[in-house]
Amino acid sequence: MQKLTQTLVLVLAVLLALITLPASAQSSLNIQIVKGTLSSTPITVVPFALQGGSPPPTDVADVIHNDFNRSGKFRALDKSSIVELPSQGSDIKFDTWRLLKQDYIVVGRIKDAGNGMVQVEYELWDVNKQQSLLSQAMQPAPVGDLRNVAHQIADAIYQKITGVRGAFWTRIAYITAVGLGNNTTYSLLVADSDGFNPQVVARSKESLLSPAWSPDGKKIAYVSFESGNSNIYVQDITTGSRQLVESHPKGINGAPAWSPDGSKLAVALSFSGNLNIYVLNMASRQETRVTSDNLSINTQPVWSPDGQSIYFTSDRSGRPQIYQTSASGGGATRISFQGQNNQNVAVGYDGKQIAMVQGNGNVYRIAIMDQSLGGQVRFVSPGPYDESPSFAPNASMLLYAATDGTRGVLYSVSADGNVRQRLVLSDGDVREPSWGPYRER
Amino acid sequence: MNKTAQIALVALLCVSAAACTKKAVKPMAEQAPVDQGAMTSNDTSTGKYKQGDLETDACLRQRVVYFDFNQTEIKPEFQQIVACHAKYLQDRPTSQMRLEGNTDERGTREYNLGLGERRGKAVSDALTAAGGSASQINVISNGKEKPVCREHNEDCWSKNRRVEIVYTAE
Repeated sequence: MQKLTQTLVLVLAVLLALITLPASAQSSLNIQIVKGTLSSTPITVVPFALQGGSPPPTDVADVIHNDFNRSGKFRALDKSSIVELPSQGSDIKFDTWRLLKQDYIVVGRIKDAGNGMVQVEYELWDVNKQQSLLSQAMQPAPVGDLRNVAHQIADAIYQKITGVRGAFWTRIAYITAVGLGNNTTYSLLVADSDGFNPQVVARSKESLLSPAWSPDGKKIAYVSFESGNSNIYVQDITTGSRQLVESHPKGINGAPAWSPDGSKLAVALSFSGNLNIYVLNMASRQETRVTSDNLSINTQPVWSPDGQSIYFTSDRSGRPQIYQTSASGGGATRISFQGQNNQNVAVGYDGKQIAMVQGNGNVYRIAIMDQSLGGQVRFVSPGPYDESPSFAPNASMLLYAATDGTRGVLYSVSADGNVRQRLVLSDGDVREPSWGPYRER
Repeated sequence: MNKTAQIALVALLCVSAAACTKKAVKPMAEQAPVDQGAMTSNDTSTGKYKQGDLETDACLRQRVVYFDFNQTEIKPEFQQIVACHAKYLQDRPTSQMRLEGNTDERGTREYNLGLGERRGKAVSDALTAAGGSASQINVISNGKEKPVCREHNEDCWSKNRRVEIVYTAE
């Protein structure tokens, strides 16, 4: 009889959890599930047990949970549906999680390591096989670094299950514009990939745009109008020191993009009278012209992952379209043929996925062209004024800029377009997102 | 202004403006009445503009040229503005101007920088064709970074697609 009662209670709890799941998942996180996510993997991240010391300011399990949901690859079980709280593998009652249709479960504990330091241990289990997949004790870290520790755990689990390196422990850069008219302050900020821990890198009374991470994640190239015209600066984000690298007094100095080895910067310059792509060697400061066009706009260069070619936007055929050329110059090949116009390309790490802004009428959306699927395009944003796509280093997600009324906002979206989340970052306008490279411990 | 003076002004502008058309010199409904004082203050022997005319002359006081979507062509109704500013540059060789090209919000930021510059250059080309010297003109592009309004409709967009004439030396 006692056994039956126990089972009944469990079944009721599970039913209740399933009923309340959709509503609570929506309200707590501002995550929009765009399409059915049957392909996403159900996983439970049980709140981590505190073993000694005072409760840390970061809910480690919550950070991991949110990372998983944002990725589109996972469906993390809502906290209110977590009916048991095991903190190590031997405590897990697998029947419970099987009833909740979970494929994986993560348990963990936070230990006081003294002097304001904590150590996080976690385990990843396969629910159906009742098998341990990962068991790791993280390096002791200051309490203030727990978000980083949580993102690192999410990365390890993501890689174990999907076979692809996780990109949660990364940073993003973006521009904010706060204030109106002449009282607007523009800032270049760097934050964690989920928008937390924003840090100001540069401020200006004039517009800033086009931040681009160096491949080692130490520097950001960007465009500033602080001298009246557009100029390109490279700033060390740790020391704050910066160099003016392109400042032709005549014309545009814009659209910086680092070569994959970090030795060169592709830029768009118009000192010659027409906007063309150049490659600036950072050591010698020598400029090499890549496109040689006298009539059209050529801008927004992006390197292919092998550093051999450059993608760019040109309106040489009338409307702006995406072209590809050798990084050393020569003829260019048009690669975008769908939609009225295409601009602002971003390339995934393996070169297969190419994101761009596609304009049709007054609607501008982020489109991804999969080169392995014969150049077919799929839309991953709804428009109408979306721009600045930027891939995560594992190309599983993108950031892009959109509008909410007259305000600029940022979204992250899974590369399949199924899960979209608005990043809550700042008052005022937020724009020009750029996803940084992997970080090294 | 009487009819004769008006015809004389039109003729003068047409001589100095290479791209002068009948339509271009037709007085515009929205244009402020031409200031008599400004005209009479011109040197009567040469008809040259003076420094103060920038503040008083009805044509010179107009400093914005508007464009159609994705276009860089100077519309007929703005040719008169181009003509009088070209004449000013010619009459005052020490004067300098900055042309600031702007676009509406549609499309991406860096592409719009290019489009803004193209509009600035279109105005610059028209000014030099009408007698201004290229050395007096500096073109910059703000792209869509400096909108005068932020609504997502054609009324606002048409106000943002513009080149502003800013004198840096009068």
